[in-house]
Amino acid sequence: MNEKGNILFSGVGGQGILLASEITAYGLLSAGYDAKKSEVHGMAQRGGSVTAQLRYGKKVYSPLIEPGCVDIQMAFEMMEAVRYLPYLHKGSKVIVNTQRILPPSVATGKAVYPENVLDHLLARDIVVVPVDAFLLAREVGEVKTANVVMVGALSAFLPVDPAVFEGIIRTRVPERFREVNIQAFLAGRKVSQ
Amino acid sequence: MTHKKENGLWMSGNEAIALGACEAGVKIASGYPGTPSTEIMENLSGYQGVYTEWAPNEKVGLEVAIGASFAGVRALATMKHVGVNVAADPLFTASYTGVCGGLVIVSADDPEMHSSQNEQDNRNYAFAAKLPMLEPSDPSEAKDMVKLAFELSEDLDTPVMLRITTRVSHVKGVVTEGEKTISKAVCGINKIPGKLVMLPAMARQRRIVVEERMQKCRELAETAAFNRIEKGDTKRGFITSGVSYLYVKEAFPEAAVLKLGMCWPLPEKKIREFAAMVEELIIVEELDPFLETHIKAMGILCHGKDCIPNQGELNTAIVRLAIEPGSGPELFPAVELPNRPPNMCAGCPHRGIFYNLSRMKVFVSGDIGCYTLGFLPPLSAMDSCVCMGASVSIAHGMAKALGEDGYNKVVSVIGDSTFIHSGITGLINTVYNNSASTLIILDNRITAMTGQQHNPASGYSIKGEAASSLDLEALCRAVGVKHVYTVNPHDVVETRKVLKEALELREPSVVLSQAPCVLLPEMKARKPVSYFTNQENCVGCMSCIRLGCPALSWTAFAEGEAVSRGYRNTQKGLSKIDEILCNDCGQCASLCKFNAITRGEGKK
Repeated sequence: MNEKGNILFSGVGGQGILLASEITAYGLLSAGYDAKKSEVHGMAQRGGSVTAQLRYGKKVYSPLIEPGCVDIQMAFEMMEAVRYLPYLHKGSKVIVNTQRILPPSVATGKAVYPENVLDHLLARDIVVVPVDAFLLAREVGEVKTANVVMVGALSAFLPVDPAVFEGIIRTRVPERFREVNIQAFLAGRKVSQ
Repeated sequence: MTHKKENGLWMSGNEAIALGACEAGVKIASGYPGTPSTEIMENLSGYQGVYTEWAPNEKVGLEVAIGASFAGVRALATMKHVGVNVAADPLFTASYTGVCGGLVIVSADDPEMHSSQNEQDNRNYAFAAKLPMLEPSDPSEAKDMVKLAFELSEDLDTPVMLRITTRVSHVKGVVTEGEKTISKAVCGINKIPGKLVMLPAMARQRRIVVEERMQKCRELAETAAFNRIEKGDTKRGFITSGVSYLYVKEAFPEAAVLKLGMCWPLPEKKIREFAAMVEELIIVEELDPFLETHIKAMGILCHGKDCIPNQGELNTAIVRLAIEPGSGPELFPAVELPNRPPNMCAGCPHRGIFYNLSRMKVFVSGDIGCYTLGFLPPLSAMDSCVCMGASVSIAHGMAKALGEDGYNKVVSVIGDSTFIHSGITGLINTVYNNSASTLIILDNRITAMTGQQHNPASGYSIKGEAASSLDLEALCRAVGVKHVYTVNPHDVVETRKVLKEALELREPSVVLSQAPCVLLPEMKARKPVSYFTNQENCVGCMSCIRLGCPALSWTAFAEGEAVSRGYRNTQKGLSKIDEILCNDCGQCASLCKFNAITRGEGKK
């Protein structure tokens, strides 16, 4: 397992990206790593593209990931998987929720949502892990757990025991949603294993 | 959200500052919300033993803190960088009075303008106001430094500024809880006019004290642990501060570094000592050449803005490439994709106003808030935006300049919180000096852009307790506006009629657009009924699509599809409402003339 890493979370405001990045950070901290995470609030949260950057290792200085240095990208929307291409490198892993959310220009008929948008990644030897997070979340019984499904898929690539994540979900999630979130996590993890 | 890590807490810089202020025994804190500073006050309001409040603007917030300091308690004022402009008047003179209880002002700067109208470098304020300024690099240091700032404030009899940036405020890291510190000041009424009444005779005396204090502070800066030399390769040495320090440590981990925890005043001897140690001296700082200018003025040769950009944020790659061009990995080129700019929420009341303005031939003088998004297509209904409160006075100035040519054509738009912040005086001027401009107050009962903070019109305090609620209509009438209209912006057609009537007047007018923000907890808690499209009635006129609502989308017909599906052959497509995203505002339904949009039974 890697002793340090850079994880980029990308998606659209309102998809639960910040919570997913928090759970991931807790997992890495519990496994004994130092970590820093950078978010942008304010104007950036009104339905626009949203990112969070999480870095972990023995000692982390900078909260920002350098271009070309993202090891794993968690993309909560297909087009948002491709928007940050200059941050990726050959062999980067992109875990992508295969959902399309139309930006305003597409919704109003002024632009077209690109077809086969993930080909941009595949053509550059980037490892794409597609996850139908909504379907899996619906199958476990709660569509709102799609972001936890994504964390499950990510967890298989992290130097953290899955029991640690289960423990975090157990302590962080209100009791009535606890079991469904654990199931969502496990369903996501299965995709990557 | 905090998370224990052994003995540490996982916290943002803003959460850490709230904790630090609390550990320092702060008693009174006041601020106005502004990204990236907002969460400091929000978090502090959750602690016991500290009084917190949202002030109507940063000037008032700082004055409240000054008052608390004069009464002998530790006090804090928080604001974003441009907020310091508003608070600059009391700031510059509080520098002369000094303090009784410790007084700390947090300036949260926003290099790169993630959520701001400019990227001014507020280190310049420390120089101009003759105040010490501390500059942490990460959340852990932010917590330590806010405590230190209170100590320094009382020891040196001065307000102390703590300058943070977005990448400290909104970065999470591991923070360690610490001991409580105790103020040396005593709470009580302090009658010391020579210190607190800044008439010329006393101010001249205090002016001397300011210089003596800054001299003491300079001496302290020479030996204090927060200004430290980190030994290393002396071929190239770096002087840096704040978040830039972190980028230097990653880009050149072996290099010698002088890290300045206090960016004003500067420790001249220590800087000379470090400069003499290294072969080549490079100053790495975001935005202005602040350190560089003062270091060069000492007669020390150094590099700085000749290689490091003076615009936007830095990061490790920018620092490395600026100093060693061509050293980075080759990057994949970006792919051209449709942009995804922020948008007003589905059901946002502002949309109805901007839709109308986009159909009227008027100049829209805009202001700072969510509604600035009215600038974006398809609404494209904002023509200027300068600073908090400026919309009203700019419209008046334009109306005066244009004279008869401006009649019926100048509108200003401002939110409730921004109006209270600094729009009221502009409106008084419009009435007093009489121009025919129309002011639209977008009253959604909350300070929305920064994440739902209460304000003097919302009826609740920072802690969510019931508070007095400012009557905006009565206020407008009280300042002399004779024509005050109230509209429900969701009724787009009716609103249009009122706007037209107001514009026709030859006297100042105000249109109060009243509907709550859809992100208010009570709005989120309700079960909104969705609208849906009766697609058999849709004629593809796109009236609803032009609202730019995220819940509405357009599906273009393929060739021949219109006829095969039973529509007119000239019809280009259909609009559709995403019933999950729909927030039950009904603006689209009020625009549809073909009975193609109907309110449904409710959401699952």
